[in-house]
Amino acid sequence: MMRSVWWKYAAIILLIYTFIAGFLLDVPRLPILHETIRNLYFHVSMWFGMIILLVCSLVYSIRYLGNSDLKTDLWASEAAKVGVFFGFLGLATGMLWAKYTWGAWWVNDSKLNGAAASILVYLAYFMLRNSLDEEQKRARISAVYSIFAFSLMMVFIMILPRLTDSLHPGNGGNPSFGKYDLDSNMRMVFYPAIIGWTLIGVWIWQIRIRMALIKEAMYTLEDSRKQE
Amino acid sequence: MMKKIFLLTFFVLIAWMSGFAQSNMDLEMADLMRSSGKIYVVISVLLIILGGIAGYLFYLDKKLKHLEKKIQSKLNNL
Repeated sequence: MMRSVWWKYAAIILLIYTFIAGFLLDVPRLPILHETIRNLYFHVSMWFGMIILLVCSLVYSIRYLGNSDLKTDLWASEAAKVGVFFGFLGLATGMLWAKYTWGAWWVNDSKLNGAAASILVYLAYFMLRNSLDEEQKRARISAVYSIFAFSLMMVFIMILPRLTDSLHPGNGGNPSFGKYDLDSNMRMVFYPAIIGWTLIGVWIWQIRIRMALIKEAMYTLEDSRKQE
Repeated sequence: MMKKIFLLTFFVLIAWMSGFAQSNMDLEMADLMRSSGKIYVVISVLLIILGGIAGYLFYLDKKLKHLEKKIQSKLNNL
């Protein structure tokens, strides 16, 4: 399925639909947010894309611990790289949105600090990978760390913000998105937007894997020639 | 008594002045980003994402070019 090309066209079509419907369809009229509620299709889907890619990374990390195949480890690390890239986009877009709704680029909020902290946890994952030279050892240690990183991220962005008050919608005591939860008009754009952006992420993930495999094939050919 | 009146007028004056100073500082005006229901915030968010993805693609492109050069030089050395 991943070798075929149709889902890449699907990604582009879904995104075109997102842009047109996202800007033109009616949205609930909310104070302070005004039209920026349309950022739901862009900012929020970045985070959904990040979480989906990091779940892929987690799945391949766990599978590596079972099969010890270095290719599985490669899939896991490349997924994490694209996931963190989406996380950075989420942070940047969220900061701009915060500036014009909450009045500051960054507020000391449990959701925001949690998101920043979980990105740092994943940056530590890449540093860990780069600091280990032996392949099997690197793969095994980083697979275990990846499970830890994912559970830490879930605590930071899913659990802790819900336990305290947060400015960010979807957490303790903020009703500003209460209306959208029921708004089927927005769902009609929101879900295709998530699928579209995530497929773009998967596409980049696939390109990264293919590049890494070419590199690996090059070294294997080199080694086999040396042995001859 | 005089001291109290003086202090009172002083504080009222300070309060009035600080209120005056705040009125033209940090006030949300109808500037570009807040016009038309803040729609330009949405457009900027979309541009950030587009710029980010474009930058990432150029970065990948550079890495791929590096890889191609390496392979080409290995082929030339055959």
